[in-house]
Amino acid sequence: MSEITQEQVAHLANLARIALTPQEIESLTTELGSIVDNVAKVSEVAMADVPATSHPIPLQNVYRDDVPTTTLTTAEALAGAPDHDGSRFRVTAILGEEQ
Amino acid sequence: MAKAALMDFDKALELFEPVLGFEVHVELNTKTKMFSSAPNYFGGEPNTNITPTCLGLPGSLPVVNGQAVRYSISLGLALGCSIAPSSRFARKNYFYPDLAKNYQISQFDEPIAFGGSVDVELPDGRMFTVPIERAHMEEDAGKLTHVGGSTGRIQGAEYSLVDYNRAGVPLVEIVTDIIYGAEKDAPELAKAYVATIRDIVVALGISDAKMERGNLRCDANISLRPRTAPGEPPAPLGTRTETKNVNSLRSVERAIRYEIQRQAAILADGGTITQETRHWHEDTGTTSAGRPKSDADDYRYFPEPDLLPVVPSPELIEELRAALPEPPAARRRRLKAEWGFTDLEFQDVQNAGLLVEVAETVAAGASPQAARKWWSGEISRLANAREAEASSLVSPSDVAALVALIDSGALNDRLARQVLEGVIDGEGTPQEVVDARGLAVVSDDGALIAAIDEALAAQPDVLAKIKDGKVQAAGAVIGAVMKAMKGQADAARVRELVLERASAE
Repeated sequence: MSEITQEQVAHLANLARIALTPQEIESLTTELGSIVDNVAKVSEVAMADVPATSHPIPLQNVYRDDVPTTTLTTAEALAGAPDHDGSRFRVTAILGEEQ
Repeated sequence: MAKAALMDFDKALELFEPVLGFEVHVELNTKTKMFSSAPNYFGGEPNTNITPTCLGLPGSLPVVNGQAVRYSISLGLALGCSIAPSSRFARKNYFYPDLAKNYQISQFDEPIAFGGSVDVELPDGRMFTVPIERAHMEEDAGKLTHVGGSTGRIQGAEYSLVDYNRAGVPLVEIVTDIIYGAEKDAPELAKAYVATIRDIVVALGISDAKMERGNLRCDANISLRPRTAPGEPPAPLGTRTETKNVNSLRSVERAIRYEIQRQAAILADGGTITQETRHWHEDTGTTSAGRPKSDADDYRYFPEPDLLPVVPSPELIEELRAALPEPPAARRRRLKAEWGFTDLEFQDVQNAGLLVEVAETVAAGASPQAARKWWSGEISRLANAREAEASSLVSPSDVAALVALIDSGALNDRLARQVLEGVIDGEGTPQEVVDARGLAVVSDDGALIAAIDEALAAQPDVLAKIKDGKVQAAGAVIGAVMKAMKGQADAARVRELVLERASAE
């Protein structure tokens, strides 16, 4: 049985800025728990000689040449913005500060 | 804001040991951004140097800039680090609009470089080895302008405006290990460490490294721990603060000194230090509280699924290692010996940031002393008066050409200063300015002798003294001749001729 707790789910929801009801936290705790349990089964099969991987395709060193290409116009960049001042995105007053 | 109580610096050092740590962010000067082909150019009109990737628009994908990887490896090697056989990128998740994606692509558990050290020279010449924990690649964030409220700061702002031109600019973050033993030199060490990093990245040519433009930024961590009696184990580490926004070498030194004095006053008074970021204020020379900072800040790092591992070949690493420039400290020692400067002369040049200029002027043919004299003297004076960088006024090759004109006797110092001003004002090379302004020294002995004879005739008492062997009296005649020649004469030659003519009378 997994060790996912309701506190962990609430903490994650807070970090992800997702508002969850107590019922949702309860059901998600059960669901996340079974996901973790299922993933854990992989560890039973994977022996020490199988290295951890972060990508399903064995590729590496995919690089781009350092050559500039076309950019968006300011109008294009701002086209999807909820609010802007003509050249910059406008966002609501920010609490907190840069990381 | 209440003014913080400060303890006298020496007293603070008697009671506490300062423990340091630095995070230096270096913006790489690649042509394009870290993960997008947008130009790496910050400045200009807002939101012009951006692509869909910079905005994290749906369907856009990051691709790693190969040049940025090579620059990062070179920097890692210059810091004495090992280069990871395989490293990867990670997402650092946080909600702040300086990045549109709600995460920053960085490196977490597998940085490209780790485990190095940097030798830093203190002002008195002693070397201090700063241990480097790691250097990792990441992307810079956009620039926010807070609007409304009286201060332009975050508090009280009505809204904020975001320019993403800087978002995605390649960064290398250099993280030191915990630095013990700096003691009373902690402020100077902080400054010297950042200066050394700057020298290294400039020598590598991988960053413009201008602190005032944010190309090089330092976050300074410091904590104090009480001293224990000899033989006793050291006290556990104190709570640290992280001072941000320190954007000049001088500020780094001042900020560390201030934090030592502030923390010492609190601790000695029985108080506790809050673990937090602090903001440095250049104008008041103080820090103020930022946000609480916990060691367990939860950024939910996970491997960046859109990017593949970076696996540099041993051949590439060795190729970059072979191309490394001489380490700054070794280079300084070599140049000082080659130039034959005194400690004071060398420090003057170094502290003025003119080492490169003097070196290039010497390489262009000038003597080290002449190069030093012009850069530290007249050029620095003009730079000061014009509120400009000395290096931006005139090229080393022009200075070398000026020195050559002096050495050949075509110019004296006074004329050379006029020529220098002409060169700085864009009138051409030194020779072109000499020609255009007609500034060459009068080297026609006939014209000089005529002026000398006239001056001697006008001052018979001086002539008599010179004849009596009182050669220092010649000064009055030399002065008159130089005046008659409007300064355009070689004073040494005039002196020779005055003595010659006087004894011939």
